[in-house]
Amino acid sequence: MRDQIILRIAAKILVGPILLFALYVQFHGDYGPGGGFQAGVIFAAGVILYALVFGLDRAKAAIPTSIVTWCGTLGVLIFAGVGVVAMFMGGNFLDYGVLLYDAEHAQHIGILLVEAGVLVTVFGVMVTLFYSFAGRRRSR
Amino acid sequence: MIAAHLPAIQIVAPLLAAALCVLVPWKRVSWGIAMAGAVTAFAASVGLLSRVLGGEDIRYALGGWAAPWGIEYRVDAVNGLVLLIVAGIGVVVTLFALTSVEREVDERRIPLFYGAWMLCLCGLLGIAITGDAFNIFVFLEISSLGTYALIAMGSDRRALVSAFRYLIMGSIGASFIVIGIGLLYVETGTLNLADLAERLPALTGERTVLVAFAFLTVGTSLKLALFPLHVWLPDAYAFAPSAVTGLIAATSTKVAVYVLLRFFFTVFGVTYSFGELSLGMWLLPLALVAIFTMSLVAIFQRNIKRMLAYSSVAQIGYIILGISFASVTGLTAATLHLFNHALMKGALFLALGCVMYRVGSVHIDALRGLGRRMPWTMAAFTAGGLSLIGVPLTVGFVSKWYLVLGALEQGMWPVAALVLVTSTLAVVYIWRVVEAVYFGEPSARAGSVSEAPLRLLVPTWALIVANLYFGIDASLTTNVAGQAARALLGGAP
Repeated sequence: MRDQIILRIAAKILVGPILLFALYVQFHGDYGPGGGFQAGVIFAAGVILYALVFGLDRAKAAIPTSIVTWCGTLGVLIFAGVGVVAMFMGGNFLDYGVLLYDAEHAQHIGILLVEAGVLVTVFGVMVTLFYSFAGRRRSR
Repeated sequence: MIAAHLPAIQIVAPLLAAALCVLVPWKRVSWGIAMAGAVTAFAASVGLLSRVLGGEDIRYALGGWAAPWGIEYRVDAVNGLVLLIVAGIGVVVTLFALTSVEREVDERRIPLFYGAWMLCLCGLLGIAITGDAFNIFVFLEISSLGTYALIAMGSDRRALVSAFRYLIMGSIGASFIVIGIGLLYVETGTLNLADLAERLPALTGERTVLVAFAFLTVGTSLKLALFPLHVWLPDAYAFAPSAVTGLIAATSTKVAVYVLLRFFFTVFGVTYSFGELSLGMWLLPLALVAIFTMSLVAIFQRNIKRMLAYSSVAQIGYIILGISFASVTGLTAATLHLFNHALMKGALFLALGCVMYRVGSVHIDALRGLGRRMPWTMAAFTAGGLSLIGVPLTVGFVSKWYLVLGALEQGMWPVAALVLVTSTLAVVYIWRVVEAVYFGEPSARAGSVSEAPLRLLVPTWALIVANLYFGIDASLTTNVAGQAARALLGGAP
C-alpha cells in the first residue's frame, strides 16, 4: 500500500501518537479505564498499522521477530518477578503492600509494574500472531 | 518462610520455568529449567500433602486480599492428592522427555515445546490448588492451550488435525464451564468455592442454579472425556509426541475429574447433586457403557497408543462409577483410581515412548518379536498391562477391590460382576500386544533394534516400581484416598 499517499502520510502521522496513547492508557490505568492489556493491544496496533502500510519487511526491520518473542515471555517474568519479590519482602505472592516504605505508594508502584508486565506480554503476543500469519504466504 | 508460601511456589515455579524455557536458545538448558521447575513443584506438593494429612487446613490469600474478595489457594486432602499426582508425574515425564522429545520434535521448537510443557503443568496444578471458581477456568485455559500446542507438535501430520479437533471440543467444554460459573456468580454474587458452598443450599430451588449445574457437568465431562463426550481423546493421545501422551494421559483427565468432584460434592453438596437431582442414576449407566464399549473398541485397535487411549476412556468410566455411588467407599475407590490410573497409564505410555524411540512406530505389526530385542521395555509394558487388568500385587487390583466393595455396599451386585467381567476385556487387549511382542516373528525393522537407552528406561521403570509398591503396600494411598472421600462428603472444604 506504499503507493497510496494519503494512507502513507496518515499512517506516518498516526503511528507515533498511537504508541504514545498506549502509554497513556497504561499509566492512567489505575485512575480510569485502561491498564496493561488495553495498552498492549493499542501498542501492538500501532506496529501492525505500520506493517500494513509500509510492509512486513520494514516492520520487521524496526522490531525484529526475536525481540517480539522475547517480549512475550519477558512480560510474564516481570509479572511473576514482582510477585516473587513481594514474597521475599515478607508479603504473600503479588502482595504489593510490602514493596516500598508505605503501603499506599507500594500498592501504586506494584500495580504499575505488574501492568507493565501485562503490556509487554500482550504486545509481544499480538505482534507475534500478526507476524506469523502475515508471513505465511511467503514461506510457502 | 518457605513453608508458608508453598501454595504459591507450587504454581509460580512452573510459571517462571515456562517463561525461562522459551528465553534460552539451547534445548538442553531449556530442559534443565523445565526439570528444575517440575522438581520444585513436586517438592511443594509433597510438603503441602504432608501438612494436610497432619490435619492442617491450608489457605493462602494471593496478593494479601482475604478470601471472598481476593483469590485464595486452599488445600485439603482431595486436591493435596491431585497436586501430588500431577507434580509427581510431571517430574518423571519431564525426565523422560529429554531424550524422547529430541527424537520426536523439530529441534528449533524444543525451547517452545518446554515452554508449553511447563504452562500445561502450571495450569493443571493451578486448577487443583485454587479455591476460586473463576480461577479454575483461567487455569483450565492455560493448561488446555499448552496441551493443544504440545499435541500439535507430534511428528505425524495428523497431529495437527487432532489438536485442532481437541481445540474445538475443549473450547466448547471450557465455555460451558465459564457459563456455569457465570450463572453461579449471578445467583450468589461470589466466586469463592467455600463461599459458594455456604450460599447455594438456600438457593437450590432456583432454575439458574440447576442450569449452572448442568453447564458445569457437561463442560467438565467434555474435559474429562466421559463417554459419549470422549471423541477428541483417542486421536489426541495417539498422535501427540510420546512424552506428551504420557503427561496428559496421566494428569489432565484426572484434574478434570477433580473439578467434577469439587463441584458435585463441595460446591453443590451431595444432598443437592446426588439427592435432589439423583445424579448417580445418570452417571452409573454412562460409566458402565464407557467401560464396556470402550474396552471393546480398544480390542480392535492396531495402533497401540490408540488402543491405550480407548482404554483410558474406559478407565475414566471406572472412576465415574466410583463417584456415582456417592458413598465413602465409592469415593475412596474413585480417588484411589485417580492416583493408580495415573501410575499405570503413565508407565504404559512411557514404555510405548521407548518403542517409538527405537522402532519409530507403535503399530502392532511393528511390535512383533520385540520381546527379545527390548526385554526391559517390554517387561515394563507387560507389568503396566497387568496393573491395568487389575492383577493382585499391582495398583490396579487395589482400585478394583474398592470399586467392587463400593458396588456391593450399595447392593448392586450386577455392577460388581460387570466390573470383574470388563477386566477380562482388558486381558484381551493387553494379551494381543503381549502375544505379538513375545511370540510374534520379528519384522525386518524390529530385527535390528536394540534396547531403549537408560535415560528412557529409568523413568518408565520408576513408574512400574510405583505400580508394584503401591499395589503391595496400599496403606498410604488408601489412607489419603479415604481421607479425601470423607472430606468430600463432609461438606465445605
